[in-house]
Amino acid sequence: MAFKRPDGRKITEMRPAEAKVGVVPNADGSAMFKSGKTIAIAAVYGPKKMHPQHQQNPRTGQLRCEYNMISFSVDDRIRPGRNRRAMEISEVTKWALEPVVDLKDYPNQVVDVHINIIQADAGTRCAGINAAAMALAHAGIPMKNMVSSISIGKLDKTLVVDLTKEEEDFEEGEGPTDIPVSITSDGKITHMQLDGMIEVKQLQESIDMAKEACKEVYKIQKDALKKFIEDKSEGLN
Amino acid sequence: MERKIVIPGEMIIEGEDYLPGENTEKRDGKVYSSRYGLAEEQSNLVKVIPLSGVYHPRRGNAVIGKVENVLANGWIIDIGAADSAFLSLMEVPRYVNKDAMEEVLTIDDMVTAKIWSINKRGIDLSLKGRGFGKIEEGLIFNVNSNKVPRIIGKEGSMIKIIKENTGCDITVGQNGTVLVEGNKIEDELFAKKAIMYIAERSFISGLTDLVTKWFTEQGNKK
Repeated sequence: MAFKRPDGRKITEMRPAEAKVGVVPNADGSAMFKSGKTIAIAAVYGPKKMHPQHQQNPRTGQLRCEYNMISFSVDDRIRPGRNRRAMEISEVTKWALEPVVDLKDYPNQVVDVHINIIQADAGTRCAGINAAAMALAHAGIPMKNMVSSISIGKLDKTLVVDLTKEEEDFEEGEGPTDIPVSITSDGKITHMQLDGMIEVKQLQESIDMAKEACKEVYKIQKDALKKFIEDKSEGLN
Repeated sequence: MERKIVIPGEMIIEGEDYLPGENTEKRDGKVYSSRYGLAEEQSNLVKVIPLSGVYHPRRGNAVIGKVENVLANGWIIDIGAADSAFLSLMEVPRYVNKDAMEEVLTIDDMVTAKIWSINKRGIDLSLKGRGFGKIEEGLIFNVNSNKVPRIIGKEGSMIKIIKENTGCDITVGQNGTVLVEGNKIEDELFAKKAIMYIAERSFISGLTDLVTKWFTEQGNKK
């Protein structure tokens, strides 16, 4: 039986994605990642001295992430500012990126990552992580690898890639399950969450799907980063 | 090998003969980049030249900074790096009256100095050497520190062109702070315009010819 998705995509098909580097002129590094209707902007500042001083770590530099949804990003205006959800996603984003950034040479220092979601249609934490990874690279932070992120969903019994808000609200059968996964370009998982219920066998299947989809995301990130320099070296002549 | 753009975690070159240089890492006989920039290989040494990001202080760098604070035995200087730098009394090659240190350098003074050591405790500056000291006058502005090598050019070729065409004296700190000293403010602003023109085009090869052309164009307009 062929499963029909509301927007007519194949089950392994991502939403059309787009990426751009250098979108915030005042930041040390910045990037935009757009997946369908979801748009995330990430800005990186630093390495700079850690404040407050009592959080300084003389062994290594630290990463600090801040995720924020702008009040007009969803249909019903949301109250601006930090809330429980934003604080959790900020922390999760940090954990997703920490394994790849290498801040050993920056003791007592901090790298600040600010992620703003200007338009939301599900998968905002994934778009945020994708944008943040590109922004960190743009800021010249030493990294072992890039991180690409995608959400896998289970609608009733079918696994699909890259959920939209419409699909997240799916109510039939077993209901929706959302699994955001972040994977480095050499196939290591840095972050995985699960919201809903899934069998162990299907979970393994969904990880394999995420690995395939993340290859596509990685390609988009890589092309955007390379295009940024290429445009500057040719376009201005 | 031709220069190519690399992103973090990208394999640059494969082979046991290659050595990992700056901003690279070797894993299983392959050299990977750990930063975003241009990769190049010279006599088997592979390195990545970063094109963006904040200033990383190095020993021996000549920098331009601002006095942040006056202490009992020296000055704290902001050079645009994560750590602020310390200029010790001992490293000032003139007599300093300890009771009137403000007479030599006071808060908000600009100073050119050399980084003579970097250690766990911080960055130490020195004024010993030619051309270092308090800045008395001129125009100061900032560019990205990664663009400094292009502004100076090969063996100072670019800076020489700007000096000849504007009649200004130019000092470029490795931290991206530029000092322009000219006779007229118009000359200084013209030199700034030229430097900004170079900074915007820092990725282009053959920039020297482009700048020479730009100066002829600007000369015709006058």
